[in-house]
Amino acid sequence: MQLSTPLKSKSRVMGGALRSSLLGATVAGLALMAGPSFAQTLTAVKHSALRVLDPIMTTAYMSRNHGYMIFDTLYALDSDLKPQPQMVESHTVSDDGLTYKFTLREGLKFHDGAPVTGDDVAASIARWGERDGMGQVLMSFVDNMSSEGDNVFVMTLREPYGLVIDSLAKPSSNVPFIMPKRLAETPSTEAIAEQIGSGPFKWVSEEFQPGVKAVYAKFEEYVPRSEPASWAAGGKVVNVDRVEWVVMPDDQTTLNAIQAGEIDYWESPPSDLLPILEANPEIEVKNLNAMGMQTIMRPNVLNAPMDNPLIRKAAIAAVNQKDVLGALVGNPELYALCGAMFVCNTPLASDVGSETLTQGNGMEQAKALLKEAGYDGTPIVIMQPTDVGTLRTQPVVVAQAMRDAGFVVDLQAMDWQTLVGRRASQAGVDDGGWHMFMTNWVGADVFNPLVNNMVNGKGAEGGWFGWPDVPKLEELRMAYATETDPAKQKEYAVEIQKVAYEEGIYAPIGQYFVPTAWTSNLEGVLDGPVPFFWNITKN
Amino acid sequence: MLGYILQRILAAIPVMGFVALFVFLLLRLTPGDPAAIIAGDTATPAQLEAIRTSLGLNDPLFTQFFRWIGQLFQGDFGTSIISGKPVIELIAARMEPTISLALTTIVLSVAIAVPLGVIAAWKHGTLIDRFVMLLSVLGFSVPVFVIGYLMISLFSMQLGWFPVQGFKPIGDGVGKFFHTIALPTFTLTLLYIALIARITRTSMLEILGDDYVRTARAKGLPESRVLMRHALRNCSVPIITVIGIGLALIISGVVVTESVFNLPGLGRLTVDAVLARDYPVIQAVILLASLIYVVINLLIDIAYVILDPRIRYA
Repeated sequence: MQLSTPLKSKSRVMGGALRSSLLGATVAGLALMAGPSFAQTLTAVKHSALRVLDPIMTTAYMSRNHGYMIFDTLYALDSDLKPQPQMVESHTVSDDGLTYKFTLREGLKFHDGAPVTGDDVAASIARWGERDGMGQVLMSFVDNMSSEGDNVFVMTLREPYGLVIDSLAKPSSNVPFIMPKRLAETPSTEAIAEQIGSGPFKWVSEEFQPGVKAVYAKFEEYVPRSEPASWAAGGKVVNVDRVEWVVMPDDQTTLNAIQAGEIDYWESPPSDLLPILEANPEIEVKNLNAMGMQTIMRPNVLNAPMDNPLIRKAAIAAVNQKDVLGALVGNPELYALCGAMFVCNTPLASDVGSETLTQGNGMEQAKALLKEAGYDGTPIVIMQPTDVGTLRTQPVVVAQAMRDAGFVVDLQAMDWQTLVGRRASQAGVDDGGWHMFMTNWVGADVFNPLVNNMVNGKGAEGGWFGWPDVPKLEELRMAYATETDPAKQKEYAVEIQKVAYEEGIYAPIGQYFVPTAWTSNLEGVLDGPVPFFWNITKN
Repeated sequence: MLGYILQRILAAIPVMGFVALFVFLLLRLTPGDPAAIIAGDTATPAQLEAIRTSLGLNDPLFTQFFRWIGQLFQGDFGTSIISGKPVIELIAARMEPTISLALTTIVLSVAIAVPLGVIAAWKHGTLIDRFVMLLSVLGFSVPVFVIGYLMISLFSMQLGWFPVQGFKPIGDGVGKFFHTIALPTFTLTLLYIALIARITRTSMLEILGDDYVRTARAKGLPESRVLMRHALRNCSVPIITVIGIGLALIISGVVVTESVFNLPGLGRLTVDAVLARDYPVIQAVILLASLIYVVINLLIDIAYVILDPRIRYA
């Protein structure tokens, strides 16, 4: 008995311990189920790493995308390219067209719990207006911005301006995001100190690792609009708990990861891997951005011989979009021949002046123009960024076309950041200047004469890299901006394109599309010029 | 010995100073403007200038240099120009994957390569020797990224044993840690096995022909004792050197392996910083890499004395 008792006791003790362990494990399991490990997380690989967190200070697309996660906008474009109210409940315009009063929706809150007020809006719009091209034009018409009560924002103009709402609905960099006044008062050349917005996601700063991962959590107190989501407009309903943007520097690894179900979403897979993704029944592949990307060539008018319009026009005439896009994209389903500076299939699209680009029949014209210009064989310095897959090909094709026309071309290889630094130089070629570079734009960044930087004719002071000084263009852009009749706006846009081609200040050398891939357990992925993460359900 | 170590530490100071100055000047002379990178496409020249001023990039070079050196003496590596995060935080976050990969690779490589090298030398000219040499040639010849992709294809995509990519810190659980670090470790291990096994074999072959080894055998010592105690110990100097330099190489960043397996290590931090012209991060990482080389070389020198009593430092 004495022997068995302790054994029995030991058995009871062990049984009790086992039960306690099981109970503990069950409780721990339940706690885990309720905790963040079981939170529904959408993992996305973006086109690049998020580095600069201030979407007003920079025009980087990753910063813009980050802005859409945590900030909100007064207006937003829908898929018909029409501005729709987003933070705004309603607005009124005075009879003289000079005073706009915007009433904000009820219940708008920042992530720190503070309500969104008219003062926050005024400060945010003022900061955006310092940096953004379309914002700067708007500000040139604005006399005053103020608030009335807590939730009314008042904008008073000096003279009527037709694009007030369009400006506030600008979809791409820089987007007029609304932030708390204390952040919006930061000089626009310095980064904001906190990531507090009133958007559908909150920034999880403690998990941010630049170049590795950016994390967003659902903002539970966000009040979405009741309308269905359409591009950046409509209800921003968040259906997942967290979104993680992870950086994968290697495309093959990303391909393997999405096929193995380790990630849910791949923003821009390279075109050569698309057939593999499309063949996988568990992966959806779709182009979400109907406007696509516009790839462009830009001469620098400050440096001879590119200061001669005939030389610039000769360079443009030599280029055949089909050659550029064939080398850049390859698959004809993923590109379009498009000479419209304001993007094909948009209200302002026109093919005026673009025949040689899209038909590829300008080589003889290019040779004749060179002869007429008296080209002396000065080498044309073209900058080629070899580290960016979507930019390294165009300079090679354009350089060869120019050589065929009779140009001497000095194709200089460099990394993109060197190009970014060098293109800001207005010096002569011998002092680090340049003659030409190529870059790509999201369609939403070039789809009207105010957002399209390349048709800016302000010259060395206030113009975009390349700095053409064409007063006629500025007159036409202002006429477009102050016009309210869409038909007349189109006339001005066509005239702007005609002048820009005549001056040879820029050429779209093709339009291409970058499909997005996601696992088939995601539903509700939205179309748009920017990857949006609301409306998505993960099953 | 202590005097020698102190002497080496003192000698490292001017080396580090030279590296600091060299890296600082090299970066400033390299084309590229962090302000233009931050500002993006629409900044006016005035705005660019304002950003440069706010970042201190318009100050004279010597002001910038001595400001940085002053910060270093206070243990402050500065702040990333691009992300605004303290550099020390960025580096600290990348250290664990890098050090984990370095240690697992070196431990596994030594555990496999040294016995292989010893056996290959012992069985010189046999099939085993040829197999080790073939393995060695393969390890050297096949690029690391190819080995990595093959590993992923077999063990992740086909068999599903390991994740394709990513890293779990050891704090998340030892099992998860080894689950994520296994494939990159195996990949790099193949390279290091090739290196260490080859050096071990060559060194052993030289030693095995020496008189004292013949004497040990003549005395009737067991072959294992002859190989491990008399031969291997006496040829450990070149092996330790290769292991040490290999360790330093991995810690300073193995960009390709980190990229293929999406490990957030120091190599990727360095490449990202260079591409973004993030001067404070580049300077700190290169200085750190130099320090790692100095320390590891010192440790190798100390190991020489321990392993080979014939070596004495004045």
